[in-house]
Amino acid sequence: MADLRINLAGIESPNPFWLASAPPTNSGYQVQRAFEAGWGGAVWKTLGEPIINTTARFAAVSFNGKKVAGFNNIELITDRPLEVNLKEIYETKKRFPNHAIIASLMVEPEREKWHEIVKRVEDVGVDGLELNFGCPHGMAERGMGAASGQQPDLVEAQTMWAKEAARTPVIVKLTPNITDITVTACAAVQGGADAISMINTINSLAGVDIDTWNTIPHVAGKGAHGGYCGPAVKPIALNMVAECARNPMINVPISGIGGISTWKDAVEFMLMGAGGVQVCTAAMHHGFSIVEDMIDGLNNYLDEKGLASVQDLIGKSVERYSDWGNLDLNYRIVARINQDVCINCNKCHIACEDTSHQCIDMLADPDGNRYLQVREDDCVGCNLCSIVCPEDGAIDMVELPHEQPPMTWNERQTVLAGFKGN
Amino acid sequence: MNNGSQVFISLEDLQRNFDEVRSGLSPAEARDESNRCLYCYDAPCIQACPTGINIPSFIKKIASGNLKGSARTIMESNPVGASCARVCPTEELCEGACVLNHSTKPIMIGDLQRYATDWAIKNEQALFERGKKNGMRVAVIGGGPAGLSAARELARFGYEVTIFEAKERAGGLDTYGIVSFRLPQRVSLWEVKQVEELGVEIKTSTMVGRDIDPAEILEAYDAVIVAVGMSKVPMLKIEGEELEGVHDAIRFVEDTKTKELTHQYVGKRVAVIGAGNTAIDAATCSVRLGAENVKILYRRTQDEMTAYDFEYEFAKQDNVEFRWLTAPVRIVGDENGTVKQLECIRMELGEPGADGRRRPVPVKGSEFLLEVDAVIKAIGQTRHTALVEAFGLQHQWGVVKVDLETYQTSNEKIFAAGDVIFGDGQGEAMVVTAAQQGKTAAYAVHQKLRNSIIETA
Repeated sequence: MADLRINLAGIESPNPFWLASAPPTNSGYQVQRAFEAGWGGAVWKTLGEPIINTTARFAAVSFNGKKVAGFNNIELITDRPLEVNLKEIYETKKRFPNHAIIASLMVEPEREKWHEIVKRVEDVGVDGLELNFGCPHGMAERGMGAASGQQPDLVEAQTMWAKEAARTPVIVKLTPNITDITVTACAAVQGGADAISMINTINSLAGVDIDTWNTIPHVAGKGAHGGYCGPAVKPIALNMVAECARNPMINVPISGIGGISTWKDAVEFMLMGAGGVQVCTAAMHHGFSIVEDMIDGLNNYLDEKGLASVQDLIGKSVERYSDWGNLDLNYRIVARINQDVCINCNKCHIACEDTSHQCIDMLADPDGNRYLQVREDDCVGCNLCSIVCPEDGAIDMVELPHEQPPMTWNERQTVLAGFKGN
Repeated sequence: MNNGSQVFISLEDLQRNFDEVRSGLSPAEARDESNRCLYCYDAPCIQACPTGINIPSFIKKIASGNLKGSARTIMESNPVGASCARVCPTEELCEGACVLNHSTKPIMIGDLQRYATDWAIKNEQALFERGKKNGMRVAVIGGGPAGLSAARELARFGYEVTIFEAKERAGGLDTYGIVSFRLPQRVSLWEVKQVEELGVEIKTSTMVGRDIDPAEILEAYDAVIVAVGMSKVPMLKIEGEELEGVHDAIRFVEDTKTKELTHQYVGKRVAVIGAGNTAIDAATCSVRLGAENVKILYRRTQDEMTAYDFEYEFAKQDNVEFRWLTAPVRIVGDENGTVKQLECIRMELGEPGADGRRRPVPVKGSEFLLEVDAVIKAIGQTRHTALVEAFGLQHQWGVVKVDLETYQTSNEKIFAAGDVIFGDGQGEAMVVTAAQQGKTAAYAVHQKLRNSIIETA
């Protein structure tokens, strides 16, 4: 049994699985059920001036018959009075003193407002604060959420105001609706953030009903952009976490968020620098009990890897993430088809023939048995065939010995510049 | 049912026995199954389909919600594709070729095909249009799968097509010969309607040779396609065959599809002679009509029987008994001339015959008596030899000789397709092959007549 406890910027939690600030953490009843199910922490549904929500609120994207490949919402922050939330936070913390409760906060970008709310939530015993600079809809139209999170100066200033009043660690939650997330991440660090979390949701329109021509979802025949999350956004989130993790200016812990559905996803985020993860869509899709496998799977994985603590994973793959210019241009892999595993669906052939480099031949042996073969000299090692192959183990991407010494684009340019210099 | 014929079974119960055994896929099942299809390139399932349906394409269309397009893709290649969805031996054809046999489990192609065609039936879709009239006329003799397929393709080319159908309705085997709980008549009749809506005239209850002279047809049409299928079950040539209670399996099944179901078999003992698919149909129909005991008697063994494996399994699940190496020698009647007993003899397998199958040989002195109330003969089908000869076509025991590329007969104006050319080592006896032959014959007719149009011009 590995040690699953984490300490993210001073916030301790029995495991790295937190519920993100979202509908699942709307009330004490829900958060307590989540803790009973095994979740290590919860970021409470964002507190602020109560708002009014619409119906409908959610929509999801199905892919090839699979529901909730992506998820979209237009729900705002909490619509319950602050006093009620504070009372429930107090009660929950009292019942679960070892679990992490983080209060997500959003107020207008004014110093006094930040001071006031920070003081009020810390008085009920939260373990940390998360500043919501990410919510992309509704609140942004009022100058809060993503609207303030897209301006580095506002991120820095508000972080500073929160820090002025805070006694507990301050996490700044960043919006992905920005060209370069490291800029706002740096601003948060400049403002004194103890940690950053990402990503919030991505601006999205889930769909259009092709019968009624209404947006999905629609509110009385009108729609507005929502925030996208769920499995579809994971690669985007993972990149943003990795970009921040490898940036030397961003030297605070990262709480990873975005499409995390399983323990494997969590491992990936932690390897790329996350000190813990937050989950929402998977819980909304399947209920709180999914954390049982997350914990169990993570435990088994760590045991298998011989790691004593989950914190040993943090950042282990970061150094392997770089710029394209640092990739070895002389590294070669080619596809090889295992005839005894191949089921002859020919998907690799047509993918290569129509859309890649025309190097998989459909052949027949003297007995007329058909088989597929890669012309390795023409194969560029793009991976497409192995991606579309439905049969595990039918196509291997095989590493070839270096014919030339390793050389990156940047090295090449340096050498060329040297020649010119001479 | 244990105390004989006294048990009352309501007509509704009997009718329910003849409802389709397999229910269609639900939309959710169709969605999941269609999404499981790999969409292979140069897919082996297409190669394995005698009509060459673009199976990955029709399945993809189900997955995308384009059910009309899916049904059209199916019916384009197979004008009786709704019937074939139910009666094709898919594990020997498309599903047997599915690459997922080597991986997980094959796609349920037949069920998906049924899902798409059922949708088209339910939504009364017209999938094809007749071609611009080209002034040529083609007669199709027989409105079964081969004849309908030929007529449909010719109508799309612009021919004026007349089908001469001996029965009250077209559809042939699909309408009359395949048990309702496999293929309800409405499915086959929808396919007939699809063909009629292209302007094909179907002269029903019109038997060529009886109601109209073959010479008259040859005179009036530019080409003729003979697709008359096969005829009734031949005689066993044993004593007692004329007794009350001895039936022809084809007629027996037909009655369950065309007449009010009868109570007369409730609690009775039925012996079916033969072990082909028709024998299975007769046996399972008997069970569903309330028979207490149904036996299939076959003079060879399970290895030689021609019924499909799934039909055999189906009959076993219906509690049909199989008695291998058993041949009838005499049917015994009571004083009223009704079947009472069936005398049988045990057989053993001897040397292989001309067809390669080991010949059954009677075991001397092994005769025994079975108590039976009905005997159903299912030992193959006779040929419409008289009609074939009336058209003056070369044939071998009624099997019309054709060029296997064009299905042209010894008369260059006459083509033939379907069961009328099946046998004597030629062709296959499946609905789906009949459909393909009908199409091919139609294309050959078009090729020939188009050339003559050009020559005339």
